[in-house]
Amino acid sequence: MPFEIETAGDVVVIAVHGQLVVGNRQEFKQSVLDEVERGARHILVDFSETGYVDSSGLGALVSLNKRLREVGGELRLAALNDDMRTLFELTRLDTLFRLYASRAEALAQF
Amino acid sequence: MNQRVGTASVSVVRREWTISSNVAHIEPLVSEVVMLCLDAGMSPRACRLNIPVALTEALSNAIVCGNHDDAARNVTARFELDAASLTLEVTDEGNGFDASKVNFSPADGDWLEREDGRGLFLMRSLMDRVELQRPTNGRHGHVVRLVLKRA
Repeated sequence: MPFEIETAGDVVVIAVHGQLVVGNRQEFKQSVLDEVERGARHILVDFSETGYVDSSGLGALVSLNKRLREVGGELRLAALNDDMRTLFELTRLDTLFRLYASRAEALAQF
Repeated sequence: MNQRVGTASVSVVRREWTISSNVAHIEPLVSEVVMLCLDAGMSPRACRLNIPVALTEALSNAIVCGNHDDAARNVTARFELDAASLTLEVTDEGNGFDASKVNFSPADGDWLEREDGRGLFLMRSLMDRVELQRPTNGRHGHVVRLVLKRA
């Protein structure tokens, strides 16, 4: 299972196992959209078990962020490794998302 | 996935793979390339970040933009590693695409809002050289050549 979904209070946490890339980005995106459809407004993506993302994965996050904003919600990201942080900095997406060092830190500040 | 084992000498390793246009074939091929690079002593960071991400972008671009997900069309990946650098060459069989139309950058006003268009930027950011060209054998398609110098 590449994605693990659980809830913590009113936050839906989605953990990505492996990579978030062109081969699974649609499944990831649909999983989050289904949660939004069911009423979730606070989504946290946990990357602690993720190796890397490609431009498709980044694009899915951008698209979901836009969707969450449209419905008054928010998408936050946690536990990016150094390589993923580099990708976010290169693409300047670190200015778009709130990035947290850990799932616990992100949940504490929602 | 068909693999053709190429020549391997003391100083140069070459491999070639042909995959059909299905994005599910990308990760296994990328994993194999990364293993070859790790075995050859390339830097761990390059093997975790630069190589897998740039190669994923090139293969994805070939399958989606070049071959338009047409399973009847193949993508060829060539690998060459020597003492100085790694060269990855990805060739599609499509009708080509206008590289200028996917040449976006963070300076663009809609960069933070757009869902796609970061692939070429990432390849250029993560590799030392990226070349886009037509095949020289008169066939359709595009060739993307990625070069990363060894640290």
